[in-house]
Amino acid sequence: MNKELRRVSTVVLLMFVALFASSSIIQVFAVDELNADGRNVRTLYDSYSAERGALLVDGVPIAESIPVDDQYKFQRVYSNPLLYANVTGYFTLNQANPGLEGAMNDYLSGTSDEQFLDNLTNTVTGQNPKGASVELTLDPVVQQAAFDALGDQVGSVVAIRPDTGEVIAMVSKPTFDPNALAVHDSDQFYAAYNGLTADANSPLTNRAISGDLYHPGSVFKVIMASAAIDSGQFTADSSFPNPASLTLPNSSSVISNSSGGPCGSGSEASIATALRLSCNIPMAELGQALGADTIADYAARFGFGDDLEIPLNVTPSTYPDDIDNDVARLMLSSFGQDDVRITPLQIAMVSAAIANGGELMKPNLVESVLAPDLSEIVSFQPEVYGTPISADTATKMTQLMTDGVSNGAASNARISGVEVAGKTGTAENGVGDPYTLWFTGFAPADDPQVAVAVVVENGGGLGQTGFGNSVAAPIAKKVLEAVLNK
Amino acid sequence: MPAPRSNSPAAALDTLTSSIRIKLRVPARQRNVELVLLVFALLIDAGAIILVQLGASGAIDTGFLMLTSGLALLTLIMHVVLRIVARDADPLILPIVTVLNGLGIAMIYRLDIANEDSGWDGGGVRQMVWTGLAIAIAIVVVLVIRNHRVLQRYRYVAMFSGIVLLLLPMLPIIGTTINGARLWIQVGSFTFQPGELGKIALAIFFAGYLVSARDSLSMVGRKFLWMTFPRARDLGPILVVFAASMAVLIFQKDLGTSLLYFGLFLVMLYVATGRASWIVLGLSLFLIGAVAAYSQLSYVTGRVHAWLNPFATENYEGMGGSYQLVTGLFGFAHGGLVGTGLGQGRPDLIPLAESDYIIPALGEELGLIGIFAILGLYLLFVSRGFRIAFAGQDDFGRLLGVGLSFVIALQVFIVIGGVTRVIPLTGLTTPFLAAGGSSLVANWIIAALLLRLSDTVRNEPTRAVIEP
Repeated sequence: MNKELRRVSTVVLLMFVALFASSSIIQVFAVDELNADGRNVRTLYDSYSAERGALLVDGVPIAESIPVDDQYKFQRVYSNPLLYANVTGYFTLNQANPGLEGAMNDYLSGTSDEQFLDNLTNTVTGQNPKGASVELTLDPVVQQAAFDALGDQVGSVVAIRPDTGEVIAMVSKPTFDPNALAVHDSDQFYAAYNGLTADANSPLTNRAISGDLYHPGSVFKVIMASAAIDSGQFTADSSFPNPASLTLPNSSSVISNSSGGPCGSGSEASIATALRLSCNIPMAELGQALGADTIADYAARFGFGDDLEIPLNVTPSTYPDDIDNDVARLMLSSFGQDDVRITPLQIAMVSAAIANGGELMKPNLVESVLAPDLSEIVSFQPEVYGTPISADTATKMTQLMTDGVSNGAASNARISGVEVAGKTGTAENGVGDPYTLWFTGFAPADDPQVAVAVVVENGGGLGQTGFGNSVAAPIAKKVLEAVLNK
Repeated sequence: MPAPRSNSPAAALDTLTSSIRIKLRVPARQRNVELVLLVFALLIDAGAIILVQLGASGAIDTGFLMLTSGLALLTLIMHVVLRIVARDADPLILPIVTVLNGLGIAMIYRLDIANEDSGWDGGGVRQMVWTGLAIAIAIVVVLVIRNHRVLQRYRYVAMFSGIVLLLLPMLPIIGTTINGARLWIQVGSFTFQPGELGKIALAIFFAGYLVSARDSLSMVGRKFLWMTFPRARDLGPILVVFAASMAVLIFQKDLGTSLLYFGLFLVMLYVATGRASWIVLGLSLFLIGAVAAYSQLSYVTGRVHAWLNPFATENYEGMGGSYQLVTGLFGFAHGGLVGTGLGQGRPDLIPLAESDYIIPALGEELGLIGIFAILGLYLLFVSRGFRIAFAGQDDFGRLLGVGLSFVIALQVFIVIGGVTRVIPLTGLTTPFLAAGGSSLVANWIIAALLLRLSDTVRNEPTRAVIEP
C-alpha cells in the first residue's frame, strides 16, 4: 500500500505545485497586463483613490490632485489650464488620458517599477499610496511669451535648448480647459468633450507634435542646403541656372520664385543666395542634382520617420519615398511641397542641430520624477540623438541663416544687438487655400541659447497675402527675446 | 448491599472526574504543541478581523469581536476535549483549520462591510453561527467515535446515506436550484447542501468496502497488454460510482462535485488494490464522460470556452461566460505580490466573492504571499492526513485517512485551480474558508475524523505491547 500512497502523495504535491505556479503567474507575471485591461475597474478606482502626483513647472504645480468628498477621493485641478493644456492633457474617468497625464501615468499614479518599494513600505505602514510628481522642462516665462505672441492665431510654437534638447516652450492653439474634462461625471465629460471635438479647429490636437502635420514650404530649404553642403557634392557657392520661371519636366506645371522674378541678379544663383532670398527654382534644381535618396537620407538623420517619445508621442514627419523617378515631384518637394509633411517640433530639431554644431540632442519635456518626499526617482539627462551634419556644415549653415535674417527674406526676426539665424516658410496647401506660415531659427547665432519653430495656419487670417516673414517671424522674435532677456 | 448501588452514580462520576484529572495531569506533548499553535492561530484570526475593521470601516466594532471570542472559546474547548479523549492526536490539524476558518470569517465579514450588510443579513454572522455549530459537531464526533473501526461496520449504512444525500436535491419541493446548480435542499428559509456530507459518507463506504473486497479486486483478473484488468463482475462498483457522478453532473449540473466523488473513488480504489489498470479504466471513463458532457451539455461547453479564452468579448459578456473569472483575475492582479491589505482592496466587485470566489478576494487583499500561506496550510493539512495513512496499522483506517485528506486536496485543487485557470471553473466551496454551513460542518467532521485516526495511529504500537 505504501507504494501507492507515495504515488498518490506525488500527485497531490503536483496538484499543489500547479496552484502555486498558477497563482504566481497571475499575481506576478500577468499583473501589468491584467491591470491595463480596459475592463478592470479596479485600476480606475485606484487611479483616483491614490493621491496622484503633480505636474510641476519650475516647482509650481500646473496639475495637482486635491481631496474631495466623493468615491474617487481626489479631484484633478489644473492651474493656468489654457497655457499648458496641450502638454498636460487631462485626467479623466474612463477614457485614455492624453498628454503627460497619460504618458507619465505610471509615475503619477505610483505604479511604476521604481516606486514598488515605496508602495511596499506604504502598505506595511498603512499609509495611503501617493504618486510621484513630474517636473517639466518648460520655462514658464518663455511658455507665456510664446502663448501671448501667438495670440488668437491657429498654430503652434516650440522652443528647444539646442545643447540639452529640453523643450522650454510648447504651445498649440486653439487651446482648451482640461478642468472641464477632468470631471467625475461622465455626462459632463461627454458634453465638454463632444463640444471640443466638434470644433473645426480641433483644440484637443497638440499641433506641436501631432495632428495632420504641415507642408514645411521654404523651411525645408534648410534641410536641402544642409544636405547639399554636408554631402560634399556642393558648396554654398555652387550655382544653378536662374530663370524667372521653370516648367517642370514631363508636366505642364510652372514654378516660380516668391518674388515673381529671378533669384537675385545674374544668370546663375548660388545656394547661399537661394536660401537667403528663399528662391524656389534654384532649390528645385538643387534637388534634382542631389537626388531623392540623398535628401531622404538627411531628412532621416534629422529625425524624419522616427517614432519619438518626449515622452509624449510625436507623429513622425515624412519625406516621400516614391519620387526617385519623378523629377517633377522631386523638384516640388525640394522647396517643401508635394508630400513632405512635418511637425513644428521636427523643424525646431533641425534648427537646434545646426545651432548645436551639428549634434542633435533628443528633445525632452520631462526633467525629473520626484517621490512624495521630494527625492528624485528619475532624472532625465541630455541625450545625443544623432549627428546629422558635421560641425563645419553647421557653421556654414549658421552663417547662411544669419544672412537670411540680417539681409534676406527673414528680416522680421531681427533683434537689435543680437545675431539671429532663421528661415521663413510660406507653404501652399492647394489652389485658393490659405498658406501655412513658418519661421524657424535660433539665437544668438554665435552662442545659441534657444531654437524655435513657429507655424501659423490659415495664412494668419490673411488668406494668400500673409507670409512667413510677416506673420511667423515676429512671433518667433518675441519668443527669442523672452529667452535672451532672462 | 444497597449502599454501593445507591452510591454508584456518584462513584461513577467520581471515577470519571478522577480519570479526567489524571489524564489532564499526565504530560501530553502533542496537546501542548497544539495549545501553543492554537493560541497563535487565534491571534492571527483576531488580527485579521481587527485589520478588516480598521481597513474597511476605520473603527473597531467590539460586538463582532465578542462573537468571535465565543468561537475561540469553542476551539479551546475542543482542545481540552482532545486532551481527554485523544491525547495523541495530531497537533497541527486543529490550529490549521482554526486559521483557515478564521480567515474565511474575516473575509466574509469584510465583504459584509463593503456591502453594508450587518447582523443576520451579513454573511459573517451566519458563518460564525455555522462555525460554532460545526465545531460543536466536531467535538461530538471526537467524543462519540472512540475507535474509528466502528465506522467499518456501518459501511453499507454509509453508502446508503451517501447516495441519499447525493440525490436529495433532486427531490421535488425541498430540492432547490441556486446559481444554476441543483445542489441544495431548502426547508423554510434554511438551505443545506447535502452533497458536502455525502463525501464523508462515501469515503467511509469506500474504505469499508475496499478493505473487504480488495483481494478479489486486486488478485483476480485478465492480463491484457502489460496490465491486469479486473473481471467484469468486479467492475460493478466502479460503474455504479461513475453513474452516480454522471447523474450529479447531468441532473444537478455540478461539474465540481461529480469530479470530486469520482476522483475520490479512483484514488481509494488504487491505493487499496495497487492496480494501475483501475486508474486507466477510471480515467478513460472520465474522459469519455467529459467529452460527452462538453459536447452535449451547454453549461459545460460554456465553462470550457470561458476557461480557454476568458478575455474574448463574447465569453466575457456572454451569459454564464467568463465575467466572474476575469473579475477574479483582476482581483488577483490588484493584490499582486503583497496584496492591498485587509479591508483595503475591492473584493466586493467580484460576484460571489464570499463563497466560490473567496480565494481571489483573499488573493487581492493578502497578495501572492497570502495565497502561498493558505496553500501551504492546506498542503500541511493534507500531508498530516497522508501521514496517518503511511503510519497506520489497520487498512480501514489507512484508507479512510487517505480518502478524507485526498478529498480535501482535490476540492482545493478543483476550486482554486478553477479560479486561477488551471482547469475549467466548477462550483465547489473552498474548504473551511468559503461561506456555507454544510461545507463547514462537513469539513470540520473530516478534521475530527482525522484527529481521531491520528490518535489511534500513535496509540496502536504501544497497545500492541501492553495488551498482547
